[in-house]
Amino acid sequence: MADKQEVAKRDSTEVERTDRAPSSVMLPPADVFEDAEGITLQLDMPGVGKDRLNLQANKNTLLIEGNARIEMPQGMEALYADVRSTLYRRSFVLSDELETDKTEASLKDGVLTVRIPKRAEVRPRRIEVRAG
Amino acid sequence: MFGSLTNFDSLFEEFRRMEQQMDELFGRGTQPPAIRSVARGTFPPINVGAAADGIDVYLFAAGLDPKSIELNIQRNLLTVSGEREVPVNESATYYRQERFSGPFRRVIALPEDVDPDRVEAKYRDGILQITARRRESAKPRQITVE
Repeated sequence: MADKQEVAKRDSTEVERTDRAPSSVMLPPADVFEDAEGITLQLDMPGVGKDRLNLQANKNTLLIEGNARIEMPQGMEALYADVRSTLYRRSFVLSDELETDKTEASLKDGVLTVRIPKRAEVRPRRIEVRAG
Repeated sequence: MFGSLTNFDSLFEEFRRMEQQMDELFGRGTQPPAIRSVARGTFPPINVGAAADGIDVYLFAAGLDPKSIELNIQRNLLTVSGEREVPVNESATYYRQERFSGPFRRVIALPEDVDPDRVEAKYRDGILQITARRRESAKPRQITVE
């Protein structure tokens, strides 16, 4: 019963938040690749500086959020728009063999790079095939 | 001088909403697109806003070397070209490759009254912002009634 109340409460705050926030959130394009030591993600988030980035990695999920800073003169009128929001959000489900507490991130010219290393014991070993 | 971020969101959101309404009203395709318009999703995404004394063009192009951006204006036609190189890690396995890689070129038709001699551009956190001033004669003026 207590659980149910908790869920209901969370729902209502969610609704309140979407009311105030801009109605659309952008999904930043991402490259994801894996090598022997870990997984690397790269995301395009133009307009996002270090102070406007929120990165959370827990055991299961990696959450990436950013808020673009755009300088705009007063009294501007829109003539054309491909982009209609300043919020970016994307999340990924992680897997057990990743060492999320050793996640490293860097941001340069609006490109976010996140590196998550694999646990040493799960890094691939090369198995030698012997002739004969 | 500069408005808040919420303004940006609501301004361009409103514009897109209006555009969608027009599409619904007239049916997609009956409203012919501008001759230099491009398909949605072309890199880099662009927003254009107009104020009383100038036009601001925003190119959402992360990861560029500002020195490699070529910017030209001929009358009111602004051309932006460059190349974004996304190095590929040959020894890695790729699960997603969504980011644009390669040369790009976009032509933006600005309003006729921009002054091609007064255009400024700056690149910050992956956004190229180009500010073009309007010609003095084209600016709105208060006319006194005598």
